[in-house]
Formats: sequence, C-alpha cells, structure tokens
Amino acid sequence: MKQPSLAHVLQPKWRTALQRLREERASGGTGKLVFLAIVAGAFWLGVFGILYKILKSLRAVEELGPLIPGKMLGLILLSFISILVLSNIITALSSFFLAKDLDLLVSAPVDWLRLYLAKLGETLLHSSWMVALMAVPILAAYGVVFKGGILFAPYAILAIVPMLILPAVLGSAVTLILVNIFPARRTRDLLSIIALGAAGGVILLFRLIRPEQLARPEGFRNLLDFVILLRGPTSPFLPSEWASQAIMGFLRNEFDPLPLVLLWSTAAAFVTFGALLHRALYTQGFTKAQEGAERFIRGGLWRWTVGSLLGWLPVAKREFVLKDIKLFFRDTTQWSQLILLSVLIVVYLFNIQALPLHRGEPVGFFYVNLVSFLNLGLAGFVLASIAARFIFPAVSLEGRQMWLLRSSPLDLRALLWSKYWVGTVPLLVLGMLLTGLTNALLQVPTFMMILSLATMAALTLAIGALALAFGALYPQFETENAAQIPTSFGGLVFMMATIALLAAVLGSLASAVTTYLRAAWDGQAIGVTPAMIGWFILAAALCAAATIVPLRLALRKMESFEF
Amino acid sequence: MIRLENLTKLYGSFVAVDDISLHVPRGVLYGCRGPNGAGKTTTLRMIAGILRPTQGRVLLGGDDVQGNPLGAKMRLGFIPDRPFVYDKLTGAEFLRFVAGLYGQEGDTVERRVAELLEVFELTSWKDELIEAYSHGMRQKLIISSALIPRPECIVVDEPMVGLDPKAARLLKDIFRQFVERGGTVLMSTHTLEVAEAMCDQIAIIQHGKIVAAGTVSDVRRQHQAGDASLEELFLKLTGGAQVRELVEVLGK
Repeated sequence: MKQPSLAHVLQPKWRTALQRLREERASGGTGKLVFLAIVAGAFWLGVFGILYKILKSLRAVEELGPLIPGKMLGLILLSFISILVLSNIITALSSFFLAKDLDLLVSAPVDWLRLYLAKLGETLLHSSWMVALMAVPILAAYGVVFKGGILFAPYAILAIVPMLILPAVLGSAVTLILVNIFPARRTRDLLSIIALGAAGGVILLFRLIRPEQLARPEGFRNLLDFVILLRGPTSPFLPSEWASQAIMGFLRNEFDPLPLVLLWSTAAAFVTFGALLHRALYTQGFTKAQEGAERFIRGGLWRWTVGSLLGWLPVAKREFVLKDIKLFFRDTTQWSQLILLSVLIVVYLFNIQALPLHRGEPVGFFYVNLVSFLNLGLAGFVLASIAARFIFPAVSLEGRQMWLLRSSPLDLRALLWSKYWVGTVPLLVLGMLLTGLTNALLQVPTFMMILSLATMAALTLAIGALALAFGALYPQFETENAAQIPTSFGGLVFMMATIALLAAVLGSLASAVTTYLRAAWDGQAIGVTPAMIGWFILAAALCAAATIVPLRLALRKMESFEF
Repeated sequence: MIRLENLTKLYGSFVAVDDISLHVPRGVLYGCRGPNGAGKTTTLRMIAGILRPTQGRVLLGGDDVQGNPLGAKMRLGFIPDRPFVYDKLTGAEFLRFVAGLYGQEGDTVERRVAELLEVFELTSWKDELIEAYSHGMRQKLIISSALIPRPECIVVDEPMVGLDPKAARLLKDIFRQFVERGGTVLMSTHTLEVAEAMCDQIAIIQHGKIVAAGTVSDVRRQHQAGDASLEELFLKLTGGAQVRELVEVLGK
C-alpha cells in the first residue's frame, strides 16, 4: 500500500496554523502586525545591541580577543541545549502519547516511521521555536562583530539546526522509555523523576563549567592558565560545543568541516536510533498510556485548607478559585511546568551567588547596587516567563466549558478576578523571594532592598494582569495541551509587551538609582530628592496603568466571546 | 417563561437565525425541530447568553438576557449538546462548583448533589475524575448540573444523545414533572418520538425561520397534513422529498 507523505500526515497541523494566522490577520488588521513588528524588532535589537557592545569590547582585548566570545557562545548554546532537552521531554509526552489526533493516526494505515517523524517534527517545533528565535539576534551580533559576511547566515542555520534535532530525539526517546517503564498514565511520577534528574543535572552542569571563572582572571595563578581554560573546550562531547566551534571557526576564517560533520552525522544517527527505538517500544507505550487507571479523589483537603482560608469570599468566587487550584494540580501538563520553574530558580540564585562582586570597596558597592538594580529586569523577565506558562493560558483553558460559565449567573468580573489572583498571588510570593534572596546574597543596602521589593511587587501585579489580558485577547480555545498555549502568537506578544514595560519602568527608575549611587560614591548624605520621588511616581503610574488597562480590555473582550 | 422577540443572528453575511419570535409560557414543554444547520442550536445558545443576538432580545421570566444577564441566568438551567466539562474535577465537585456559580452552598447543596447523583445512578462515580466518565455519564452529569440550582426554565439541546433507554425515560419523567410544577422547558431534538410524546408544543425551524409552530395537531391542521405522522409532516416542511431521492440513489 502506498503510504501518505509526511507532509500529508502533518497537514492538519500546518493547515490549522495557517488558518490561525489568517484569522489573526483578519481580526487585527495591519495595526496589530505593525505593533508586533515594532515590539519584535525592539526586542531583537535590544538583544543584538547588548551583545554587540560586549563582543566589540571583548574583541579589542589582545590575545584573548576571539577566545572569550567563543567560550561565551559555547555557554549560551549549552544553556540552550539544556533547556531544549527538558522542554522536549515534556512536549514529547503530549505529542507522542496524549495528543487528540493520535487515535486517528494510530488507527489509520500510517507506518511507524511516518508517525515517528511527524511527531518528532511537532515536538521539535513546539519546544524549539522560542530558542531558535532567541538565537537569531545573538548569532547576528557574532556575525556582525566578526564580519562573517552574507554567507554566515546560512552557515549558522546549518550549524544550529542539528543542535535542535538532537535534543528533540533525545527528549522523545527518554519519554518513550519512561512511559514504557512506568505503569499506565503515571505521568506524574514519571515527570517527578525527570524533574529531580533535570534539576540535579543542570546544577551539576553549571557547577562543572564554573562560568564565573571567565569573569575572574585574577583567580588564576597566571594568564597562561586563563588562556588554557579559554582555549580548551568546555565540554568536548556536547553538540553545543561542536556548534560553537563550527561558528567560531567560520568567523575566524579558520574553516574546519569536522564540527559540522560531527553535528550532522550525530543528528542522523540519533534520528535513526530514535526511529528504531520508536518501532520497538511505541506501540506498547501508547497502549499503556491509554489505560485509564483513574484515581478516586476525595478532594476534601483543598476544601478544608484553601476553602476555609477563602471563607470570606462570595461563594461563586470561592468555588472558582478552588476549582482552578484543583484543576492545576490534577493536570500533568500544567503542574509539570513547575519543574522547569524550580530548575530555573535554583540556577538563577546559584548564578547570583557565584558572581564575583565583593572584592573591595567602593567598586564592590557600586557593582552590588548595579547588579541588584539590573536584577529587577532579569527577575521581571523570569516572572514574565512564569506568567506566560501559568497565567496566560487561564482564559483559554476555560474554552470548552465556556457554555457553562456564560449560561450561569457568574459575573465575568468575578471570573477575571479569580483568575487574576489565583495566578498573581503565587507569582508575587515568588517575585518577593527571588528579589529578597538575591539582594540578601548580594548584601545590598536598605535603600536598594526597599526599592527592589516595591518595584518588584508593582511589576508583578502588572505582569499578572498583562498575562491574563493577553491570554483573553488571544485565546486558544481549541488547544489540547496547556503547555502549548504560551507558545502561540499571543504569548509572544505578551512577552514582548512585558519586556517593554520592564524597560520603561527600569528606565524611569534608573535616574533615581544613579542619583543615589552618585551620592553614595561621593560620600554625601543619602536622601530622597524631589526628582527621585517624581521618577518613583512615574514608575508606579506605569505599573498601575499596565495593571488596570489590560484587565479592562480583557473584560471587554471576554464579554464579546461567542461559542 | 421564555420569550424571544425578533431574534436574529448573522455570521458575517450568513443569516443563521432570521427574525424569530416565540413565547413559551410557564408549565409548557416546547420542542424545536429542524434539519441540521437550521439554526436551532444558535437560537438556544442565544437564549443561554452564550451568543449575542445581532438583533432582537431574549426574556427569561421577564429579565432581558442582554440587559440583565445575571438576573436572567439565575432563572436558567442550560444543557448543551456537547458535554464538555472539567475533566479533572470529580462528578460531585463539578455539581458543587455549578451550585457555587448560582451562589448556592451548604447542606442544601450537599443533599441536592447526593439526590441527583442517586437519581442518575452516578453515586458510585461521584469521587471519580470526570475524564473517566463515558459520554452518557457526562450527559447525565450535565443534566444534573442544570437541575442543581432549581431553575425556572430549562433550555436543552438534544437531551437524549448518548443516554441509555433507562436514563432517557428518566429524563422524560423529570421534564414532565418539572413543567407540571410550573417550570418551562425549551428543547431541540431530532428524535421524532421524543417530540411527539413529550412536547406540548413544537416549532419547526428551517433556514433560521420558524416555518410551523403550535401543538402537533395545530401544525397538522395548518399544513393540511391530515393524519400524517410527525415524521411525514417534518419531511414535508423541510424538503424531505430530496431525502427519498437520495435514498433511492444510494440503494441502487
């Protein structure tokens, strides 16, 4: 029998994607596209600009010139690959075992290889597109600084693509094996193990690499040791290192085909072994995943704890909050994302702790405050990513049940209110912890501590509102996996809008912080000037506007939903 | 009481519901019939406040669904044709949640939950996640959820889909008792026996318009159908001759 082409198997996916694009274009018109282009352009330019400056100044350093950028690229690609492996494991669980189209594909006369390649492609795309987009301005900065020329673009794609394929194959294979080992539908246990393994792995990886060494040449006995460290590969068996060698070789005009050959041959071998593994284990694993070993759930714990705590709320709001919390912790595709979150936070705090800052006053004082201030942006970005994962999908996830909510006397404001606080309160706690702990590790003065905590609180409230509102403005009601909702068009717009907000708020606070640092540097009395108060008010107003306006827009949009 | 006044719904240039006016008084079980795509579901979803009418209005017991949505919806229990519910809640949790949406809680709700689960033979499943329920069980649960707030009006889209004969009979009895106590039921159904046996009045909808309305005998009289069965009458009004031709073609 003639097998359908791979494109045919994937047809429903790409046709749906195209249709969504058409609908987006039709509903928003040119204004939305222009907005998106501006925000995307600003984001890319920002990343490009920062890296361009760093690379330019590093390149000027004699002897070490191209070594540090090469090492940096290796580290960037290594962090990409770590994120990709974890993200592919989680995505593969959905696309290979839980997706709704599997019943049709598995029951149709489609051979195992096509099914494998189609699902591998889907997994790869869903887990890698954000990393791939992020790589564009980074590689562009390398290309421009090292004068890579026009041929650098296709060459970089050639080097990066296998680096995306490898984690996808690896992630899918790990998931396949674990689904076969564990009893049916015990994905919860399965992901817990992956979580522990991944968290340990990532921390270990960062400990082994010791990236802080690069920023502390005086820690080496002599310059030669430092140069040796820079010349040596970070991890010679990792594809990120091969990709980095391939790219840097091209940029230094020392073309060596070996890294590229290594990348592509390993990718081909991985896909082949992945396919063989799929042939051997998929049918059994898929069957296991279908066996509904469902649990009896009393659910009384939530009612006694959270329910009692929320006793002061009107019954509709309370039931809504309870329902949202239960659904979150019972849905593997949702709670499992906490794994990524915890890994991210551990690495984050670990990195802050490893920063070589306290090396003497007053330079130490200046850097500590600078890092604490810049940390607001970074922590804000982390919170935005978390909000994208957890708050952004909130409205979309109600899609199929909207008949109930719209036909019942539930006020949409109550729905929005519940969703906002259920998402924002944990985010706020996390934001405070992240900022407070970082500042404690940095030993910042009280002024910076108060400023950081207050700014982070205001930013978190705004980020929560933006996430919920963009989720309502760009809903994904037909999605089958909550983890895929943030990677939609709306998710991208949300991330970019949040980055713009972070830039605006930090920009307005920068003057106040500069005034404070200058006074401290000059040994003058540190006081709050009227100008500083003005900047604080501006930052607060920006956050307030970014909280209230989006929520109002979201309410209006939700009132117009039709099902 | 359910009243529709010049209800119209456009999807772009397509007229899904075309200027429908209808009055369903208290104590009446009213059935809507019509071919697929006639506009029945769109009409019911506008009554439930899920879709906004392009023109016209819907009154539930005197409250305008668009003007005073919360007041109107307090009177309504809606049963959709597709049983989408929260898979990760248990049956009992879902019913409590729906009661909460209507501002109801406490022992009364607990008793009502237990009663309804018992009536629909779901008691042994009450602590099981809904994702493990069959289609019919989900349908029973949704019917229970519509009954839990003790509404004045029930709007139901294809009530018998997925139900076993016992549950279908139970539902007929429940609806009958509900209207005898002064409630109002408006339902769409494809099942002719259901319409004929249960409904006090019917409306036949085609191309978004009501083409016939009243009791079954009224409709027969209006269209000079004599003693024709409801099926014959329905086919006559909705172009059933084409169906017969198609059957002949397929039978060749």
